[in-house]
Amino acid sequence: MKHRYLPMTEQDQKEMLDVIGISSIDELFSDIPEKVRFKGEYNIKPAKAESALLKELAQIAEKNADSKKHASFLGAGVYDHFKPIIVDHVISRSEFYTAYTPYQPEISQGELQAIFEFQTMICELTGMELANSSMYDGGTALAEAGNLAAGHTRRKKLVVSEAVHPEYIDVVKMYAKGQNVAVVTVPTKDGVTDLAKLEELVDEETAAVLVQYPNFFGQIEDLAKVEQITHDKKALFVVSANPLALGALTPPGKFGADITVGDAQPFGIAEAFGGPHCGFFAVSSKLMRKVPGRLVGETTDEEGRRGFVLTLQAREQHIRRDKATSNICSNQALNALAASVAMTALGKKGVKEMAIQNITKTHYAKQAFEKAGFVVPFQGAHFNEIVVKVNGSVTEANKALLEKGIIGGFDLGRVNSDLKNHVLIAVTEQRTKEEIDALVQEMGALYA
Amino acid sequence: MHKDNQPLIFEITKEGRVGYNLPELDVPEVDVASLLPQGVLREEEADLPEVSELDIMRHYTALSNRNHGVDTGFYPLGSCTMKYNPKINESVARFPGFANIHPLQDESSVQGAMELMYDLQEHLIEITGMDEVTLQPAAGAHGEWTALMMIRAFHEANGDTHRTKVIVPDSAHGTNPASATVAGFETITVKSDENGLVDLEDLRRVAGPDTAALMLTNPNTLGLFEESILELAEIIHGVGGKLYYDGANLNAVMSKARPGDMGFDCVHLNLHKTFTGPHGGGGPGSGPVGVKADLIPFLPSPVLVKEDDKYTFDYNRPQTIGRVKPFYGNFGINVRAYTYIRSMGPDGLKAVTEYAVLNANYMMRRLEEYFDLPYNRHCKHEFVLSGRRQKKLGVRTLDMAKRLLDFGYHPPTIYFPLNVEEGMMIEPTETESKETLDAFCDAMIQIAKEVEENPEIVQNAPHTTVINRLDETKAARQPVLRYKKA
Repeated sequence: MKHRYLPMTEQDQKEMLDVIGISSIDELFSDIPEKVRFKGEYNIKPAKAESALLKELAQIAEKNADSKKHASFLGAGVYDHFKPIIVDHVISRSEFYTAYTPYQPEISQGELQAIFEFQTMICELTGMELANSSMYDGGTALAEAGNLAAGHTRRKKLVVSEAVHPEYIDVVKMYAKGQNVAVVTVPTKDGVTDLAKLEELVDEETAAVLVQYPNFFGQIEDLAKVEQITHDKKALFVVSANPLALGALTPPGKFGADITVGDAQPFGIAEAFGGPHCGFFAVSSKLMRKVPGRLVGETTDEEGRRGFVLTLQAREQHIRRDKATSNICSNQALNALAASVAMTALGKKGVKEMAIQNITKTHYAKQAFEKAGFVVPFQGAHFNEIVVKVNGSVTEANKALLEKGIIGGFDLGRVNSDLKNHVLIAVTEQRTKEEIDALVQEMGALYA
Repeated sequence: MHKDNQPLIFEITKEGRVGYNLPELDVPEVDVASLLPQGVLREEEADLPEVSELDIMRHYTALSNRNHGVDTGFYPLGSCTMKYNPKINESVARFPGFANIHPLQDESSVQGAMELMYDLQEHLIEITGMDEVTLQPAAGAHGEWTALMMIRAFHEANGDTHRTKVIVPDSAHGTNPASATVAGFETITVKSDENGLVDLEDLRRVAGPDTAALMLTNPNTLGLFEESILELAEIIHGVGGKLYYDGANLNAVMSKARPGDMGFDCVHLNLHKTFTGPHGGGGPGSGPVGVKADLIPFLPSPVLVKEDDKYTFDYNRPQTIGRVKPFYGNFGINVRAYTYIRSMGPDGLKAVTEYAVLNANYMMRRLEEYFDLPYNRHCKHEFVLSGRRQKKLGVRTLDMAKRLLDFGYHPPTIYFPLNVEEGMMIEPTETESKETLDAFCDAMIQIAKEVEENPEIVQNAPHTTVINRLDETKAARQPVLRYKKA
């Protein structure tokens, strides 16, 4: 078999069989019992040549409406953001993307240092004391935070705001079920967590309170009040935050969060139909030894040179097995690198400027919708998303918008029966005034 | 490569420099403070770097030069399947129609993505011999946990609530017992016998009415095929448990034996191993799970279905375990795996396994004279040597691993599996040439001789890397996990 990925020649094969002392490759599989042996070849599509395969897959990709060709107002946890062009150049360096987990520090200093820098940037943005090297995504990071809290407090109840992303809540419930932890949800009022209800639900059995900042509806929760209610009952205060928003908003660490998680997707990571993205996990130092996943720490070699290693590994599955703090092994290292490059390129000024652009453009869109006669039911402070009430089906309108080159907002009726005919509109720095005006005008025409 | 400290990006920052060019703010500026409640506008800026674009490229290029990847050199890391990562995969994953689509778009506008996912599932169903596959899990360990949660739901649906135990062999990956714990099970270890295989008698002893499942890697982490797989399956099924296949080692058996035909009820795959999603320095991966018919009702929601030529996500799954991840899995990695499978075809995948196994056996025979070989029989895609002999001369396996760095190789997996003293687990993969395997074996043989003649050179290795062995005790005792300005 000749294939560009397979260097074996007939001569190689013969020489190798001689050294092994056998006459055919088949003999190497003689230990597979006859009864379970697979005969022949898989019934799958035949191999396709490079150029033909590229063409076929490009045609499949063309069937999708992408945010390069369309103006996207769809957010709900995944956003079309400005991605510095250098991000792809850095993560395409194959010394990074073809490497394994940096278990051999002497030849992995590049990856280890990059992660150390990522951990630092996440700490800076969240205002937390330490951060790990990444989680699968924001949803599983939040779920792991719930499990950490249950283990740490030895309590069996999580209180989750219904203004948290509904798919994140689903994942929190899944992880909690594994640990036999109960999940109670708190209703919202005017698009934010109902604090009176929260106070009723948080008790001495509560391991943690989980809220989102900005929340699923784009609204900004009163973290100071949530913190007070949570810590009054000695539960852990967990915040799922959009890291870009933290360029402009007071970070959860300042509000006394014990754990801040989220997804770094807004920083240089492709939407990619929902993954891979990049969860982050940051905590106050008292929880250092409870953190799931890998941590990179600074140390020195015998000659006093600074170097970096994976550390505090006694928490992890490959050492502690069934007593590990989590079963996570693979994480999202390459996407953490992408996020690091984006955070570095944007830097101190750019992250703030970009966050403020999001608020400003969203504010403009809100005013434009209101001017056009639409009701914006939640009037609290927003980041880059607003809810707009419409008089008709959101899904049908979105189909019409697509014809006009616009990817419309998220149909909230899909996840909340009280919000039928409500659409969640995201306005990032990528959207121009012209695109926003066009969206409002088209929606005005559709719902007239 | 210089041996000085490599500056952190925070150490080359200078106030006033920028590395970005944002879209224009073309709407009227507003006083953002007036739009936010008191105390919500951030006062102290996040202290991120201030550097130019060239500063960034130089910084990360320098870091990449301090990193070893498959494209740098041989990477015989056992159990990790460090094969070549095809470049076509990277190009395809970056097509705008794959990279720049949103998971919550109307289904009619993402039919291409759903078609690819569906066809990948179909291919994985054939490869594993299962009845259905979900692409939702993000990585191998996530897939393990997903499948265990399905097994738990299956037993609960049968009113079987006393099945609290998951059996794993002593040679299992650490994720197996960890996943069992996270799924709410207690882990029971079954011993290996003198041939390195699951001890059937011990399995009969530990299996019982409280058994939820047995998790097995086949070939196991010693690279040995569990010949008694049908008896193992019979024992577990006999007590009402489920048999779980850890697909970490699938590269060893493609087109030779399918988990579904071996009696397994569910399986996870590591698309970033066998199917060339790059390892990325630790991720992202993708860990699809395949199941037999009786577990299908419990699959994570949504399930991708095809009706006529239209693809939809089915959320109406009354017995589903729920959602293990937002959206539909690590699509970008799944695109890469699909591209690879389509590049190889059925004859290609068969050759992959044959050459991977041939390479491993060849290296094992070239090295058996110089190191202890605890299990002397044909291996599959990897084999485990023991450094017992060298340890008696005062040189540990860790030292030999570090010495390999001086030859430009990534060392094998060491001290794993746990049931081999001073273990070295070597997995060459099929994409390495005979010349590379020979050069590596020559280096190993030279090191074995050095251990006898000049042990210090091994004990003090590495000598050529940008940094020497690092003080890991210090790192753990006084953890410094972030940069702070002096």
